[in-house]
Amino acid sequence: MSLGPYASFIVTAYALVTAVVAILIAWIAIDYRRQKELLRELEASGVVRRSGRGAADIS
Amino acid sequence: MTLIDLANPTRFLSLTARVLPWLAGATAILLLIGLYQSAMAPDDYQQGATVKLMFIHVPNAWLSMFVWGVMSLAALGTLVWRHPLADVAAKAAAPIGAAFTFLALATGSLWGRPMWGTYWEWDARLTSVLILFLMYLGLIALWRAVEDPSRAARAAAILTLVGAINIPIIKFSVDWWNTLHQPASVMRMGGPSLDRAFLIPLLVMAIGFSLLFVTLHLAAMRNEILRRRVRALQMMQASRQAA
Repeated sequence: MSLGPYASFIVTAYALVTAVVAILIAWIAIDYRRQKELLRELEASGVVRRSGRGAADIS
Repeated sequence: MTLIDLANPTRFLSLTARVLPWLAGATAILLLIGLYQSAMAPDDYQQGATVKLMFIHVPNAWLSMFVWGVMSLAALGTLVWRHPLADVAAKAAAPIGAAFTFLALATGSLWGRPMWGTYWEWDARLTSVLILFLMYLGLIALWRAVEDPSRAARAAAILTLVGAINIPIIKFSVDWWNTLHQPASVMRMGGPSLDRAFLIPLLVMAIGFSLLFVTLHLAAMRNEILRRRVRALQMMQASRQAA
C-alpha cells in the first residue's frame, strides 16, 4: 500500500483520530473509577442512599 | 422492556452493564474491518491516496451533526416530558460530540491542504461546522458553570434547541452557497455518487463510528448518574455536619 506524496497528511489524520478516541475512552474509564471511589468513600463514612444500595451494587 | 423502564437510573445502570461489553466488542470488530477495507481501497483517479481521508472525515462529520440531533431530542425530553435521564443523556453526549466535531474539522483541514491548497477557508460549510464546535464548547461550559444540575439542564436544553437551527444550515450549506467544500455525494437525491469500492468501506466506518458513539455515550451516562449520586450523598453529609 503506497500513500503517495501526501502520506504525511493521511498518517497524521489517522493518528489524530486514534489519539482523540483513545483519550475519550480513557477519560470515561477514569471518570467511572473516580465516581465509584467517591461513592465508596462516602459510604465508608456512614452516608448511604435511602434505598440502601451502595457502590458495590453497581455493576 | 419499555422506554419507561429506562427512566429508572438503577435499572438503566443494570441494563447498560450487560449491554456495554457487547457494544464495545461490535464497535471494535466493525472499526477493524472498516480500517482494513479503507487501507485496501483503491486510489481515486483525481485525489490519489488522499481519498483514504474520506473514511475518517465523513463519519466524524456525520456524527458531529447526529450527536447534536440526539442532544436536541434529549432537550425535548427535559423540557416537555421531564424524563429523568434526558439531561443526563444530553450532558454526557456533549463532550463526545465536541470530539467528533473537532476531528471532522481537523481531518477536513488535513484533506484540504493537499486538495484545495489551503488548510482553512471561510466558506459556508467550514464556518458552520466551526460554529457547531463552538456551540458544543459553550454547552459544556454552561453545564460546568451552573452548580444545580436541574437549573443547568433547562438552560442547556433551550440553548441546544436554538443551536439545532445550525444543523440544516450545515447540511444544505453546500447547496445554498457557493462553497469550496464539495456537495453531498452519499446522502443526496438520486442515491450515492460514490463507487462501491469507496462506498462500502465508508459505510462500514460510519456504522463503526456510530456504534462507538453509542458505546461511549452509554458509558458517559452511567458516569453522570454516579456523579449525581455522589453529589446527593455529599449534600446529605454536609447537612448532617451542619445539624
